[in-house]
Amino acid sequence: MNATVLPSAPPGGRVAVKELTHAYLGRHGPVVALRAVSFTLREGEFCAVIGPSGCGKTTLLHILAGLLRPTAGTVRLPDRINGGRATALVFQGVSTFPWFTVLENVEYGLRLLGVSAAERRERALRHVERVGLTRFRDAYPHQLSEGMRQRVSIARALAVDPEVLLMDEPFANLDEQNRLLLQDELLQLWQASRKTVLFVTHSLDEALRLADRVLVMTAAPGRIKAEVAVPFARPRDFRAIRREPGYGELSARLWDELREEALQARGG
Amino acid sequence: MNDRVTMTDQAPHPSSSYRWLAVASPVALLLLWELLSRGGVLDPRYVPPPSQVLVTLVRLTRSGELPYHLGVSVRRILAGFLLGAVPAVALGLAMGLNRAVRAAFMPVVAAIYPIPKIAVYPLIIFYLGLGEASKVSIVALSIFFLVLLNTMAGVMALDRVYFNIARAYGAGTRELFTTVAWPGAMPAIFTGLKLGMGFALIVIVGAELLGSDAGIGFLIWRAYQIFAVDVMFAGLLVTAVLGWLATGALDWLERRALPWRPWSQI
Repeated sequence: MNATVLPSAPPGGRVAVKELTHAYLGRHGPVVALRAVSFTLREGEFCAVIGPSGCGKTTLLHILAGLLRPTAGTVRLPDRINGGRATALVFQGVSTFPWFTVLENVEYGLRLLGVSAAERRERALRHVERVGLTRFRDAYPHQLSEGMRQRVSIARALAVDPEVLLMDEPFANLDEQNRLLLQDELLQLWQASRKTVLFVTHSLDEALRLADRVLVMTAAPGRIKAEVAVPFARPRDFRAIRREPGYGELSARLWDELREEALQARGG
Repeated sequence: MNDRVTMTDQAPHPSSSYRWLAVASPVALLLLWELLSRGGVLDPRYVPPPSQVLVTLVRLTRSGELPYHLGVSVRRILAGFLLGAVPAVALGLAMGLNRAVRAAFMPVVAAIYPIPKIAVYPLIIFYLGLGEASKVSIVALSIFFLVLLNTMAGVMALDRVYFNIARAYGAGTRELFTTVAWPGAMPAIFTGLKLGMGFALIVIVGAELLGSDAGIGFLIWRAYQIFAVDVMFAGLLVTAVLGWLATGALDWLERRALPWRPWSQI
C-alpha cells in the first residue's frame, strides 16, 4: 500500500495527481481502471477531462473526492480551511436526496461539517439564491425539473466552499437547450467564485465551451493521452466562441485524439 | 363515418360515473341478505339479518361490553406493534447497510420467517402464561419479520449514488444511517407496517380465540359457546372496521411522514 492521499497543498498548484493507478476486483480477476495518471491543476483553473465511456473518468473523480482509495500513486489536495471541504463532487444523473427539500439538500454538506443550524441555513439560502431557486427552496426534488435538480447539486457543492469543485458529467441527462443554459450559468458562477474545477464530460463541445484546458484520456485502462489548451477569452460567450476561427480546429484536434480511443472502447 | 360514431360511443366514462357502483353493490348485497333472512329463505337463527346485527352492535356498545373488548384488542395490537417494529427497523437498517450483519442474521431470519406465527402461540403461552405478555408478544413476533425484511430490502434497493453523495460530504456510519438509510427506507418500512397490520389482526383475534378472557376474539368465541350468532356477526363486523381504520391510519401517517414522495402520481 504505497497509495496516499496527502492533504497538503502542492507547490505551484492546487491539486497534484501523480502516477495514480486504480484497480478493482472484477468477476474475472483484477481490472485496471486507471494507469499512471499524472496532472496538476492550477489555482482557479477550469479543467475538463474527456474520454471514451468506461475509461475511468468517474473513478478518477471518486478518488479525488475521497470515495475510493487509489491502488497506487499520490494525490495532493489543498488543506481544508475552516468550515469548508477540500473537494466537493457534483454527481451525474440522480444527485439530490429525494427525501430532503431543496434547502435541506443544499444544507447537507454544511450539516455534516457541523455548522450551526442558523449559519448553515443562511449560507444555504445564499447559494439557493445564486442558482435561482429561492422560490423553490421548500420544494422536493420530484417537483423540480432535471435541470433544477442539477442546480441544487451545484449549490450544495458550492455551499461547502470547496477548494476544488469536481463535476462528473453533471449535464449529461439534460436536453441540448437546457444543457447550454446550465453551462452558461455554471460559467457565471465560476467567474464569480473562481474555484478550481475539474469537469468530466464526454462532450467535445462542452469541454471547449467551459474549460481552460482539456485532458484527453485513453480507453480503459485510462491514462492521460493529451493535453489541449483552450485559449478563448473570458468571460466567454458561446455564440462568440463558435464563430472563432480556432474553434473548429480545436474541435477537430480533440476529436482526432479521442476518435481512436472511442473506437477502441467500443471494441473496434 | 360509422367508425367515428362507434368510437365516440365507446369513449371511456370518467371514473366518477362508476363510483355509484362501488356504493351500490354492497348496499344491494346487504338489502338482499336482509330480505332473504326476513323472508325465511335464510334461517335467521343461523344467519341473522343485517338490521339485527346492527341492533346487537348498538346494544353491545351501550352496555360497554364492546368498547371494553375492542379497547383490549387495540391496546394489544399497539403494544405489539411497538415491541415488534422498533427492533425490526433497527436490525433491518443494519442488515441493509452492512453485509456482515446481513450474513450473520439472514439464515436465522429466513428459517423463522415462514413459520405461521400462530403455531408458536402455545409455546409462548407455555413461557409467558395466558396474560397480556403472551398476546403482545405474538403480535410483535408476527410483524417483526415482515417489517425487518421490508426495511432491509428498502435499504438495499436504494441507489448506491445516495450513499456515495453522503460519503463524499464526509458522512460516517451514523450519518449514513440517519440521512440516507432511514429516510430512504421509510417507504419500504411503511409497506412492512401495512402488511404487518393485516397479520397483527389475524394473529391477535386468533390468539384471543384460543386462550383469553377479553378482546374481540374472545367476544366472538364466547358468542359461539352460547350460540349468539348475531354477536358473532357483530364481532366480525367490528374486526373488519378495525382493520379498515388501521389501514387508513397508516396511510394517513405515511403521507404525513413522507411529504417527499410524488403522491399525486400514484
